[in-house]
Amino acid sequence: MAVTEQIKKTMEGIRHQFPTEQALLLPMLHEVQNHNGWVSMDDMRAIGEFLHLPLSKVREVTSFYTMYKLEPQGKVDIQICTNISCWLNGADKLVSCAEKKLGIKCGETTSDGNFTLSHVECLAACGTAPAIMLNEDYYESLDTPQLEKLLDQATSDLAANKKVGKSTRVDGVWP
Amino acid sequence: MMYNNEHFEPVITPNVDKAGCDTLDFYLKNEDGYKALEKALKMKPAEVVDEVKKSNLRGRGGAGFPTGMKWSFMPAAPVDKDGKPKPKYLVCNADEGEPGTFKDRLIFTKTPHRMIEGMIIACHAIASNKGFIYVRGEWFKETRLMQKAIDDAYKAGYLGKNILGSGFDCDMVIYRGAGAYICGEETALLNSLEGKRGEPRLKPPFPAQVGAYGMPSCVNNVETFAAVPYIILKGWEKYAKMGTERSGGTRLLGVSGQVNKPGVYELPMNLSINDVIQVAGGVKGGKKLKAVIPGGASAPMLTAAECGVLTDYDSLAKAGTMAGSGGVIVIDETVSIVEAAYTLLKFYEHESCGQCSQCREGSHWLARMFKRILDGGGTQDDLDYIAKICGNMAGQTICAFADAVTGPALSSVKKFRHEFEELIRNGGLEKTRAHTHSYVTEGAHV
Ligand SMILES: Cc1cc2nc3c(=O)[nH]c(=O)nc-3n(C[C@H](O)[C@H](O)[C@H](O)COP(=O)(O)O)c2cc1C
Ligand code: SF4
Ligand code: FES
Repeated sequence: MAVTEQIKKTMEGIRHQFPTEQALLLPMLHEVQNHNGWVSMDDMRAIGEFLHLPLSKVREVTSFYTMYKLEPQGKVDIQICTNISCWLNGADKLVSCAEKKLGIKCGETTSDGNFTLSHVECLAACGTAPAIMLNEDYYESLDTPQLEKLLDQATSDLAANKKVGKSTRVDGVWP
Repeated sequence: MMYNNEHFEPVITPNVDKAGCDTLDFYLKNEDGYKALEKALKMKPAEVVDEVKKSNLRGRGGAGFPTGMKWSFMPAAPVDKDGKPKPKYLVCNADEGEPGTFKDRLIFTKTPHRMIEGMIIACHAIASNKGFIYVRGEWFKETRLMQKAIDDAYKAGYLGKNILGSGFDCDMVIYRGAGAYICGEETALLNSLEGKRGEPRLKPPFPAQVGAYGMPSCVNNVETFAAVPYIILKGWEKYAKMGTERSGGTRLLGVSGQVNKPGVYELPMNLSINDVIQVAGGVKGGKKLKAVIPGGASAPMLTAAECGVLTDYDSLAKAGTMAGSGGVIVIDETVSIVEAAYTLLKFYEHESCGQCSQCREGSHWLARMFKRILDGGGTQDDLDYIAKICGNMAGQTICAFADAVTGPALSSVKKFRHEFEELIRNGGLEKTRAHTHSYVTEGAHV
């Protein structure tokens, strides 16, 4: 998969906005993460070549940020906020509901490769707690029946080959 | 709710409940949009800085630093070693990640032009032609909304070349973070903005000397910028009058946790924490209040009895806590304080950047010790250890993260020591719950 021509084109489109070439590293990692679902060693090498950065530099940056995944993920990334305000409003129930429904623990991916489940830190949605992220989309003030419905919907959307949890993304357009 | 403040009016959120309030059209028609910019561009930069200084606007990102003063630290005409003029940068901190804080997200989604206008005015004030907006990576939708607002501002001539015929040029660029709380710390943010690991920098040099891409830079919070158009348009006096002697204007408080109507409220600062809980509909389920974290996770907790304190910077500081990021987290009588504090310490353990050993090890040890106490393996000595570890962290590290960790750790042990001792005596939270059947130890109806 590596780094597509489209991603390189997107980067060329925003290059003029920044004083240094290295500034493009985070945007480029975002685009690769979105396209491939994770960032492989080959991807990092290709990014390094494009931005004239040594692999070691690309690697130390990639591994610093939690949004860049160093291993393949499920097609749908379910991240449940378990920080203070969500915890005070029943985030634990959402976690056990998702674990039960998907048959995996937090930090794991379903065997069909469809779902990854994890905790996430405060999403700045504390006033509408508990909150989760489903790929790029937030869902807030969520209860367990709603979560189950969301998971069912995602499953059928995946089966129908529909875009899941990226409702505001326009492909090829940054950000 | 009587605000008992005749000068008060909402500065940032008067229309956030109206349909279409995020559009340029709405901002122009209903909120005197970009009129302040027009006015500011006719003023000299130093006059704009002076106006903001006199307004007593203090930074809303957490530290409460006087904004006008920060702007005045920017060198007027910096040059490099060959005598060539250096660019200066303005940076907006939209990394909002302090647990319990969600006010900047409201500004992004409901009144983005107010922030953009504030940034352009700030650029004029510090004579910079470029602003970067560093947005937390999880905000996909919010970032795209802000980008749309920026695009619209360009099209309407509020950004770009020769703004409103003034000869002033200004560009605005969004940069996306990637899931690291520490990038909210301004020097970590600057590193991240350069495409590097988001590790805080040793200061000095301060950002006003060596900031983004090595150039003099000024970092402010989203809400700080959003207050600027009002100050310029209505005058510093009106803004200053709303606040206290040393802090002007209103505050956006994000009230969350166990209240009936959680949300962001724009309020005058002469309200007490108890008043704020009232505004937010009171404690959920008619339960008694046990504790409040008044300024985001890092702010030391207040007991219910202490919640008569006012919400301005100085009053909260005097009460041993801080105004912080305006995240008011309400905790009721049924919650174990040890568990609540552990929830936060787990977060800090995960988010420490690891550069300083006191912080890296300290936040790890604190989380482990709180867990041990919850699980029934705690000892009385642990409580002294916790204080000792915190003593080795606060004020001894590259950035204020380590101090932030000690906020919930120290205040919980100091103010709710009996809850820790109860768990130590009974062999953990589960066993304590089993034989006390409810977990009521104290509290007050608000
Ligand atoms: C650990 C840590 C996290 C921070 N997170 C944020 C943040 O998310 N948003 C923010 O505006 N300021 C944050 N700050 C404060 C910034 O360092 C900085 O003081 C602020 O952006 C300056 O803007 P202001 O003067 O307008 O408040 C954080 C500070 C620390 C030490
Ligand atoms: S105090 Fe903690 S977060 Fe701040 S620089 Fe040191 S290790 Fe990193
Ligand atoms: S605590 Fe969950 S969004 Fe803030």
